[in-house]
Amino acid sequence: MASSLHQIPTTQECSDFNRVVFVDVSKYFGRRRALAHVSLECGTGEILGFLGGNGAGKSTLLALAGTILAPSSGEIRYGAESVREPGPALRANIGLLSHDFQLYPELTARENLEFFAALYGLDQVRDRSDEALRSAGLLSRGDDFVGGFSRGMKQRVALERTLLHAPRLVLLDEPFAGLDEGSSSALVERLQVLKSEGRIIFLATHDFEVAELVLDRAMLLRAGRLLPLSRAGESLRARYRDSMQRELKPRRLE
Amino acid sequence: MRRFFTVALLIMRKDLRVETRSRELFLTTLFFSVSTVLVFAFGFVRDGRPVENAVAGILWIAIAFAGTLALGRTFERERYHDVLRALLLAPVDRPAIYVGKLLGILALLAAVEVVIVPLVALLFQAPLFRQPILTFLLLSLGTLGFSAVGTLFGAMLVRARSRDVLLPVLLYPITIPVIIAGVRGIAVLLQPEVDVAMARAWIGMLVFFDVVFITLSLWTFEPVMTE
Repeated sequence: MASSLHQIPTTQECSDFNRVVFVDVSKYFGRRRALAHVSLECGTGEILGFLGGNGAGKSTLLALAGTILAPSSGEIRYGAESVREPGPALRANIGLLSHDFQLYPELTARENLEFFAALYGLDQVRDRSDEALRSAGLLSRGDDFVGGFSRGMKQRVALERTLLHAPRLVLLDEPFAGLDEGSSSALVERLQVLKSEGRIIFLATHDFEVAELVLDRAMLLRAGRLLPLSRAGESLRARYRDSMQRELKPRRLE
Repeated sequence: MRRFFTVALLIMRKDLRVETRSRELFLTTLFFSVSTVLVFAFGFVRDGRPVENAVAGILWIAIAFAGTLALGRTFERERYHDVLRALLLAPVDRPAIYVGKLLGILALLAAVEVVIVPLVALLFQAPLFRQPILTFLLLSLGTLGFSAVGTLFGAMLVRARSRDVLLPVLLYPITIPVIIAGVRGIAVLLQPEVDVAMARAWIGMLVFFDVVFITLSLWTFEPVMTE
């Protein structure tokens, strides 16, 4: 369940937006192409999934949406506005869960959450961190060092850190990695709540079974390009395989 | 402006809390700088008498070496678990992150200097505490200038593979004016007759370099950290 604390607006100036639009976005690292001519749109209350193998460009796409990277060409619009230099007001509305945990292992779970809550200028820091720990199912382990946590526990704390400031745009990179069945189910429920609250959610994952439960739309990324996801097949995995085979066939013939 | 310093202090407090628990940087920099001073003491002290005019240089070499070691690790904790991205995504003025890291490094180096300066005074029989205020100003302003540039370079090189090699190569040529001013200023204080006016001139020089370096660092930190 969404807590009441998550409804409290941040003290930051808010540049609210109701959709995120990529317009012909490309990203190069030196001569290496990470993302090529990506155009997409995602609105409030929608969970957009990105499927693809390692190095397909999923994390780069999330980093671009999160303003961590700047596009080499094209533009990203948050609402009606195109943002050339994203400032603190926009960043206050974005939460990014990386596949690394973005937590300090030398600090306790509570200290990590309190540090980031204070960094985001939130009030009731203690209450918020307690609420986050409760959501993560780790209230009793709040004073333990994150360095001693299992991967799944770190992932749960990292997710709460991402959602502490109730961001409008939630970017999740492999959020199900390392989670046991119970934690995965809890995360699926949490995503449904976030969706019902009108958040815009980008989710990169390899986990087709869970993705099928939560995604409203899925997009396939391969070598930095968005590919159409096949309609053949009933399951998401079957559609993914069919898409990949169609993509690979012409190359083999060449 | 208040929020800027709140964020800077928050980051400094976090760094100090982590350091208090691990003592990783403090112990390594302290051990390294004490070893440096001892090596110089074996080399430059003969029959209980130190070589003349070498003390100021030895003191600053120990500080610079310890500083380089610490600066090379200053953004390492952020890099290690990708926390740097989380910091950069936070709705704060990014230069506040720089100031917070700089304050953390200054606190660490101050703790190291509290041990190193009396040790140098003892081993080289140097009257470093004859003009305590001037000595304090020269050391703190010199350390500030050196760390200001080093913290920026530490951030710049955080994603570079050969950052450990590149940091001193970039840092020393740029901070040479600060180190020279620090060495000459301390050397003036160690003369039999202290030329206070000359010491103040070196302090003025250090203030000038500090203002330039900090201004440039605050100005360039955001573009440097944008990937």
